[in-house]
Amino acid sequence: MDLTLKVWRQKNAKAEGKFETYQVKNISPDSSFLEMLDILNEQLIAEGADPVAVEKGCKSSGPVSFDHDCREGICGACSLYINGRAHGPDDEVTTCQLHMRKFKDGDTITIEPWRSKGFPVIKDLVVDRQAFDKILQAGGYVSVGTGGVPDGNAIPIPYEKAEESMDGAACIGCGACVATCKNGSAMLFVSARVSSLALLPQGKVEAAKRAKAMVAKMDELGFGACTNTRACEMECPKHITVSHIARLNREFLCAKFQD
Amino acid sequence: MAEKLISKIPEGPLSEKWTKHKSQIRVVSPGNKRKLEVIVIGTGLGGASAAASLGELGYNVKVFCISDSPRRAHSIAAQGGINAAKNYHNDNDSIYRLFYDTIKGGDYRSREANVYRLAEVSNNIIDQCVAQGVPFAREYGGLLANRSFGGAQVSRTFYARGQTGQQLLLGAYAALNRQIKAGTVKSYPRHEMLELVLINGEAKGIIARNLVTGEIERFGAHAVVIATGGYGNAYFLSTNAMNSNGSAAWQCYKKGAFFANPCFAQIHPTCIPVHGEQQSKLTLMSESLRNDGRIWVPKKMEDVAKLRKHQIKPSQIAEEDRDYYLERRYPAFGNLVPRDVASRAAKERCDAGFGVNETGLAVFLDFKTAIERLGKDVIKARYGNLFQMYEKITDTNPYEEPMMIYPAIHYTMGGIWVDYNLMTTIPGLYAIGEANFSDHGGNRLGASALMQGLADGYFILPYTIGDYLASKFKEPKTDINAPEFAEAEKAVKNKISKLLGIKGKESVDSIHKRLGHIMWEHVGMARNEAGLKEGIKLIQELRKEFWENVYVAGENGEFNQELEKALRLADFLEIGELMARDALNRNESCGGHFREEMQTEDGETKRDDENYMYVAAWEYKGDNVEPELHKEPLNYENIKIVTRNYKD
Repeated sequence: MDLTLKVWRQKNAKAEGKFETYQVKNISPDSSFLEMLDILNEQLIAEGADPVAVEKGCKSSGPVSFDHDCREGICGACSLYINGRAHGPDDEVTTCQLHMRKFKDGDTITIEPWRSKGFPVIKDLVVDRQAFDKILQAGGYVSVGTGGVPDGNAIPIPYEKAEESMDGAACIGCGACVATCKNGSAMLFVSARVSSLALLPQGKVEAAKRAKAMVAKMDELGFGACTNTRACEMECPKHITVSHIARLNREFLCAKFQD
Repeated sequence: MAEKLISKIPEGPLSEKWTKHKSQIRVVSPGNKRKLEVIVIGTGLGGASAAASLGELGYNVKVFCISDSPRRAHSIAAQGGINAAKNYHNDNDSIYRLFYDTIKGGDYRSREANVYRLAEVSNNIIDQCVAQGVPFAREYGGLLANRSFGGAQVSRTFYARGQTGQQLLLGAYAALNRQIKAGTVKSYPRHEMLELVLINGEAKGIIARNLVTGEIERFGAHAVVIATGGYGNAYFLSTNAMNSNGSAAWQCYKKGAFFANPCFAQIHPTCIPVHGEQQSKLTLMSESLRNDGRIWVPKKMEDVAKLRKHQIKPSQIAEEDRDYYLERRYPAFGNLVPRDVASRAAKERCDAGFGVNETGLAVFLDFKTAIERLGKDVIKARYGNLFQMYEKITDTNPYEEPMMIYPAIHYTMGGIWVDYNLMTTIPGLYAIGEANFSDHGGNRLGASALMQGLADGYFILPYTIGDYLASKFKEPKTDINAPEFAEAEKAVKNKISKLLGIKGKESVDSIHKRLGHIMWEHVGMARNEAGLKEGIKLIQELRKEFWENVYVAGENGEFNQELEKALRLADFLEIGELMARDALNRNESCGGHFREEMQTEDGETKRDDENYMYVAAWEYKGDNVEPELHKEPLNYENIKIVTRNYKD
């Protein structure tokens, strides 16, 4: 496959960014989207390494920076906005699981970073998602230390509850929900954690307090409010549903009534 | 220098060693813990659980990871499960049986005392994770569910769908977050350790590169813990994450920590086959699939030819024309033989010409029988996400046609040598999880990596590190202005300038791919003397070429992924050679290390217990100088050494 790529290039957080256009050729439809970017980068590196081209005034902007790691859809590092969709034109996948067979020969593909107030750009397609860590640090845990806990089977949990909790726990923290939301809200991310823990007896104890602390931190870090457009749910690579937001709201209201 | 290899295994009966040891090692009072600083490198299961537990105890912890968040460490990708000897299913499991299976699975090349302790604390891990809110799979009665894994005849594997590693890591990460909020742990994401700093021979700090700004920073402490995983990416293509690397461990080796059994690398039997030259990494299909999946190739060559030409579908091949070779060769364990055995059996069939795809390097993993027996819904509930992942990658629906799989590099059993306290040969330097060598011998059993990472981090290191730190609380804080720090920082800066200054023609990735080919060809699934010698020569040549002709784009003072990769590759080019040297020295076949010269008539591994029942610990002697081999003999007092048998 031969493709035209319009890629967002931005030297650092302070620099102004712009789209650059590149051509890539002979891409296998079995390659992943990130492997296609690897090929683009090899091309850009070869240009930079070619002294003749450099002498002639070829100004290579160097390889494109993008976050990636496990390349199997679980670490949550990859974070590309492709043709106007978080993680590109396939459902329930991360960018690294997107394969080139989803595109056609001759296509033009636009590639951008997550764009949200909560996630400032570091370079090119790489953004800073430390805000997610900070939200979880505000209360996304059960307050138990190492040791001194009861036997695993001392706390029976109904099968359905465990499964539902796991649905929320499947969140990979990629940020597609925030990038997709017109308000830049992190409600799906926050609710996945709050709801997952609130469904279990171990997490129930602190459920209200947790909801309040995490929502407060989310607001403080500049994420927007939820207006129930459900766009986040559509783009979540792990199919986390807005039912978790409903549960978060319930826990949050309980906490407010208790105040 | 043999005195350096003191394993410190406590005296007394096996089942009492850990209890006795704990009662004899020193502890640090709460007031003194506050005066002590510990650096933890890596935030996978080992690093995150250790950092959280040390923070809870009251130590001042600094934790570093190369990702943008501790949650992205590669433990997150572990799918299948975690072992524990709970015997919840009344199938006669016990601590002893888990210990026995692990020693046997490791082909009698791990330490009895360490493995017994691992089995002993396995049960605490499950309790701990449940208390944290890890949503393990449940039975309808609400109790914890289990499944079976390779190398075991009991059901002892706890799991959370196909995302067990993720859930356990999120548990440890949550515990870590709680300590970060409490202020006992300070987190440094996007920081890479590039040098270990020793003062008077003791580990006192690190030099790290801030991956966002490129700044070279100094960090001091009273002890340093390495929890950076394995070095499987020396092969370029592996199931490891793209950024997984051996560099932190390698800096420790070059500062005097011995590196043990580097040749023991695990090749996992069930990975999605290579699609072509553009491939960047290999995807694992969980071992849990072997609970219900049956592995086969056609019996007839004409069927193989038709499959390769896409003239027939695998499902059209009649039952009697299928060779379920694992069930045929290993009737007692069938599809659940250990990983090394399953991998070699796949290679044997493919080498004999029965590989089922165009490259000839694939076998089938088939769920037809299981779907007929249990129904599609049950299979979907058990493996739904894995099936979906497979379909996304290959465009084939595994409910209708069998999966295609082939072995790939997955895990490294070798690592930094540690004593029973998990301390390396450098005082104050510890290594935990995959980064150390101690528990898996020549082959790791499935669902044991998660167990070891969390055992080390939650329940072993927090005790044993106290024994060392008890003598350190009177020492002042480590001074990062000491000349040792300045010198280490200078070395790092020089290395970076040198790399950026080469301005050659070859990209970092292209050299890494070439290293991968050499490793897979010469230090891969089957090794021999001539091939290993050739491999060492080729690696040395490639290393020379790298330092003369690599092109590293960009500058140091910026976010620069090419520089990150170049620094890691420089180390892989050395690690690969040590792996080959160790493989050459170990003239026996054992676990994942298969020397073609040493096999039985039917192609099984042939150990040489008389000459090689030892841990090979290598000491760095200088660049381009042969390292020195030290041997730690392995004594088996509680287990009768036999030839591994999964046939009957």
